[in-house]
Amino acid sequence: MTDPAVLTRSGLDELIAVLIAEGYRVIGPTVRDDAIVLAEIGSGAQLPSGWGVESAPGRYRLRRRGDEAVFGHSAGSQSWKQFLHPPRRRLWSADGEGFSPAREEPVRYAFLGVRACDLAAITTLGTVLGGGRHPDGSFIRRRQGLFVVAAGCTEPGGVCFCASMGTGPEPGPGYDLALTERIDSGGHRFVVDVGSAEGARVLAGLAHRGASSAEIDEARGAVLAAAARMGRQMPAVDIRELLQESRESPLWAEVADRCLTCGNCTMVCPTCFCTTTEDSTDLTGEHAERSQRWASCFELDFSYLHGGSVRVSGASRYRQWITHKLSTWHDQFGGSGCVGCGRCIAWCPVGIDITAEITQLATLRESMQTGEDDPGDKP
Amino acid sequence: MTSPEQLAGFALFDRLTAPQRATVARTAQDVAYSDGTRLFDEGQPASGCWLIQAGQVSLETSVPGRGQVVVHTLGPGDVLGWSWLVPPHHWHFTATTNGAVSAVLLETTQLRAFADHDPALGYPLSLGLFEFLLARLQSTRSRLLDLYGSPRER
Amino acid sequence: MNADTTAGVGAARAVVSPDGEPMLPVPYRVVARRVETRDSVTLRMEPAGPALPPFRPGQFTMLYRRGVGEIAISISGDPSVRDESLTQTIRDVGAVSHALHEASPGDVVGVRGPFGTSWGLDTAIGHDLVIVAGGVGLAPLRPVLLGALADRGAYGRVVLVAGARSPAEFLFREQLGEWAATPGVEAVLTIDQPATGWRGPVGFVTEPLSRLRLDPRRTIGFLCGPEPMMRFSANVLLGKGIPASRIRVSLERDMKCGIGLCGHCQLGPLLVCRDGPVVEYADVRSLLTAREL
Repeated sequence: MTDPAVLTRSGLDELIAVLIAEGYRVIGPTVRDDAIVLAEIGSGAQLPSGWGVESAPGRYRLRRRGDEAVFGHSAGSQSWKQFLHPPRRRLWSADGEGFSPAREEPVRYAFLGVRACDLAAITTLGTVLGGGRHPDGSFIRRRQGLFVVAAGCTEPGGVCFCASMGTGPEPGPGYDLALTERIDSGGHRFVVDVGSAEGARVLAGLAHRGASSAEIDEARGAVLAAAARMGRQMPAVDIRELLQESRESPLWAEVADRCLTCGNCTMVCPTCFCTTTEDSTDLTGEHAERSQRWASCFELDFSYLHGGSVRVSGASRYRQWITHKLSTWHDQFGGSGCVGCGRCIAWCPVGIDITAEITQLATLRESMQTGEDDPGDKP
Repeated sequence: MTSPEQLAGFALFDRLTAPQRATVARTAQDVAYSDGTRLFDEGQPASGCWLIQAGQVSLETSVPGRGQVVVHTLGPGDVLGWSWLVPPHHWHFTATTNGAVSAVLLETTQLRAFADHDPALGYPLSLGLFEFLLARLQSTRSRLLDLYGSPRER
Repeated sequence: MNADTTAGVGAARAVVSPDGEPMLPVPYRVVARRVETRDSVTLRMEPAGPALPPFRPGQFTMLYRRGVGEIAISISGDPSVRDESLTQTIRDVGAVSHALHEASPGDVVGVRGPFGTSWGLDTAIGHDLVIVAGGVGLAPLRPVLLGALADRGAYGRVVLVAGARSPAEFLFREQLGEWAATPGVEAVLTIDQPATGWRGPVGFVTEPLSRLRLDPRRTIGFLCGPEPMMRFSANVLLGKGIPASRIRVSLERDMKCGIGLCGHCQLGPLLVCRDGPVVEYADVRSLLTAREL
């Protein structure tokens, strides 16, 4: 594989221009509506230079940094799933007796600034939507055309916990190029790791120089050091097993007192994939269409059956979401569904923290096993 | 008279020892009925307990406007007749054979006397009866759920 | 009531590839409609274009009625008849099922599938089959009975215990009578509610099931109906010494895609469309007693 290289700040602008010239639609972070928003960019000038993020349960604010870093912020509310698995997509139309699949314009996205957590999320979506017996053709085509520029995290956010989920902060496989941003006496530059032949080819067309081993070690070290500075972490237990044993935990009723079942967590989560179908006709009834749109297991009729829903209570719906994400996902898809990005924590209106809930579940299980009083008991 | 070995075939007596079954057998006789035989009438003094071996017995009651309504049917292995065990010792339903029926009929006055005299017999016998009653209650509750009804009816 | 009309058998058709576009319905034309009960009909359909792959007992399709929507419906046809027709029994309980229930010969519906796991008749060869049906649960089980009868010598006893609310609410009434009269089939029909003129058993389906003398070493149970009915019937079989791994149940959950992509049909770790609908009771026993799972 190609050796690591160094791109200057203007080298990054050149990378963007080259990708656009090759026909990619470059999606990157931008500042809009007081948040970091993933959008199509036309140049590096649109990147969020000097913007950072303060995040905490139920809280997300932009803050001005003291430097001009373009990747010095943690994730915004959206994830890359909206481009690979769009919120709404037409599936087919029907006229007369026949059904015609919807034509999709082939699109090639270049994702710029994909963090380790989000890279792991794209891989997970690949298993869910592309790895089964009936793969989602639209997802597969979008992913096949993808060029991924990952970003190594050196400043984890307040809600981040990728390290304890084993997904970061160092980007795993799946990128074409990975950039680790450095701003110091050596200037504003990026140490570039090459992850694919396509990445090597694109890099070869840019002005760059080889990275010294000191630069490589320093960049790697900064990313690895980030692992020790996570905003929070999952407890070191077998979470899959913990949830299997917690079906009747008193925690669910307690969370239900706080959870609004608004579904924000499912919208911002980079791996939540559930959809529903919507059928419609025109006024004559001759032309019919089906679309697919994002759905959430928090919706009241998500589990509709025989005149009512199976999961009616907020407690059962919260239990479903967290159990699927961290436990039954293993049974269904062979791994965890959570990548530790923390978006669900920041964007929960009441600040429910998935790591705190799992920690509490572990505590409750331990106290029930040892026969002590339930710490949740009121005196 | 019915043999203790015959009684061993009924789950009702699983908790009894062989000597206890022999005691019960002293109250038992083999009976056979043709189709349409009235075994007991609602409201009459309750005496007798049938252990059905073959055939079907209908439990019914009279509902003005609906006639004789069959509320339950019993078949091989079932116990017919409970009201002899507890006050007011009157039958609550009418029992009629539906086709030919063969059964073992227990003379319950004598059976109660044996059980009163010897709680070591009475207790396992009661447990056996209770087990049947519990299964009957559970299946009756299942019918009350109206599981096969349509959501449109709710 | 519509008379059974039989369309002529068409020429051999192209078969839709199982790897094709699984969200795209394939048009099927209704060729016959038989009224089963006051709210159920059986539709026989034939491809209006390419045919879907042949089904295995226990599988379902997603049936679409133009402008109304799409729902999962079990296949109730005879698996030994390979004429590309599709037979499905529909109960009118909602908007889409109502529209499908009203479909008449000549109408075109959209079909996707067949999807899901099968009852596994091939693994039941040499065993005694105990088929327990509650209400419309008889529809997904009909292919088991027909499949076994088509190869009768391969199986031991074939026992059918079917429960319905009343005599008029049994599906396939004519055929039930035929099956009850077939030597080599032991059939018991029982009703929940008293009914005038009924001379058969009155009681929940677990009652005649309890009365069966079964050999637990060679019995396989096939259960389908409302979940409580399946749980209670499974308990009866377990009480007779039949292991939970040899009791098969057919599950039902809301489905939008039928192909493991939409997430709606989850029951704990299972995706009912992909890991079911037919599952071993051993795998779902604790899931079915959990509330709101």
